Amino acid sequence: MQLPIYLDYASTTPADPRVVKKMQECLSLDGNFGNPASRSHAFGWKAEEATEEARQHVADLVNCDSREIVWTSGATESDNLAIKGAARFYKTKGNHIITSKIEHKAVLDSCRQLEREGFDVTYLDPDSNGIISPNLVKESITDKTILVSLMHINNEIGVVNDIKAIGEITREAGIIFHVDAAQSTGKLPIDLSELKVDLMSFSAHKTYGPKGIGALYASRKPRVRLEAQIHGGGHERGMRSGTLATHQIVGMGEAFRIAKLDMDEDNKRIENLRNKFWNAIKDMEEVYLNGDEISRAPGFLNVSFNYVEGESLIMALKDIAVSSGSACTSASLEPSYVLRALGLKDELAHSSIRFAIGRFTTEEEVEYTIDLVRDSVEKLRTLSPLWDMYKDGVDLDAIEWAEG
Amino acid sequence: MAYSKKVVEKFENTLNEPDKNSVGRWDPSDLDIGTGMVGAPACGDVMRLQIKCKPENNSHVISDVKFKTYGCGSAIASSSELVDMLIGKTLEEAREIKNKDIANALDLPPIKIHCSVLAEDSIHKAIEDYESKL
Repeated sequence: MQLPIYLDYASTTPADPRVVKKMQECLSLDGNFGNPASRSHAFGWKAEEATEEARQHVADLVNCDSREIVWTSGATESDNLAIKGAARFYKTKGNHIITSKIEHKAVLDSCRQLEREGFDVTYLDPDSNGIISPNLVKESITDKTILVSLMHINNEIGVVNDIKAIGEITREAGIIFHVDAAQSTGKLPIDLSELKVDLMSFSAHKTYGPKGIGALYASRKPRVRLEAQIHGGGHERGMRSGTLATHQIVGMGEAFRIAKLDMDEDNKRIENLRNKFWNAIKDMEEVYLNGDEISRAPGFLNVSFNYVEGESLIMALKDIAVSSGSACTSASLEPSYVLRALGLKDELAHSSIRFAIGRFTTEEEVEYTIDLVRDSVEKLRTLSPLWDMYKDGVDLDAIEWAEG
Repeated sequence: MAYSKKVVEKFENTLNEPDKNSVGRWDPSDLDIGTGMVGAPACGDVMRLQIKCKPENNSHVISDVKFKTYGCGSAIASSSELVDMLIGKTLEEAREIKNKDIANALDLPPIKIHCSVLAEDSIHKAIEDYESKL
């Protein structure tokens, strides 16, 4: 077993070796380096063939028409294009947008920008398990609503929204539905022929592809219209200009092709490891699982170890790469906005760690991590005055704390 | 963000050998003990510093120190560093310890300066508590 151990697959994933090989073939003089937009020679034709094959692989994974896939630089750009592009195109129909408090910053910041342009945005609260209730979406719709943007799998807690039910509601109301599915590909099956989703954002690097490439699904039936955000050359049917990055696109296509092939087996194994991990730590005192226990993607384990600060736990978990909802690394001193929106007390949010298991995680690595977590939490609690107080039966909420 | 080597070493020593690094607590009602608790759980930092003092000449000397800290690695390292600075000092000398001294000793980055500020506050609170019992 090699150290350090990578357990941050929700942040990014290493490219699969098969992906790397495909990408390498699209860079040098003896490879497929041409500009896919070059219509006048074989170099361009060959490159276009490769990008179209990749487009088909992406479409196959989510069961849509390949003409509904628009290449972007990543899920952040896809979210920007979907939200700002749709809102600006349909602004004569209304100015109200619905999203949630636990979306990715790419969605939240796009919505904030639209607010500055005169749009009204409703930020829905999730249930305490992290799920956005379809009924709440329905109740929040007004005659001014033009767009609903909600994520499929939450990137911090791994909870899965019922986009099938929400799609039925938005379609019936004639409202555009955008889904950020950056975390979903390869983790959950997506069937866009069934789902009533108009726009869906994808990322390559969360699914064992390269960074810097993503895609936006833009439905043709019914047809969703977007105002382009990047101009110049009219690539991607005018929705996103810029020379196609053949090697990146081919990498994403290969990653998604593999995802379709390996998904079932990968996920079974990953889920087993996740369950093994949780079962081995859940008996510890004052340990809480964040987010719904059932409706969640495999691989995610977001846990709060009460009375232990998350960043110190990360430091104690030497040689394990994980992330924390603690805000000690940020200047704001605010802990995770996602966990706070779930109603977690600040100290529980500060105490959270996200373990994200992936394709290359081994059982041995999980076992090593379990032992280290148990040992480190115990040691840090020995150091914690809050743990003493808890053990003494002191009610921490009853204390008037001086601001730190 | 990468931690300085000094923070990592101090943190790990404290974590792995709490007894040798003055981790612990005394009964705060003892007359020779001064307790200072600063920070708040909601902010992610709580330090509890205790000093054991005895009168000497015209002053009082800190003969021993115990602490516990809930917080990030830098906060724990800052408290632990402070302990090393306090033992053997008179209360007047202890009051002179500034957050800068702790920050410099640990090479704290600007974003972690508040950890050393908290440590400085804990000394003042502990001294105040001890003196209130005299």
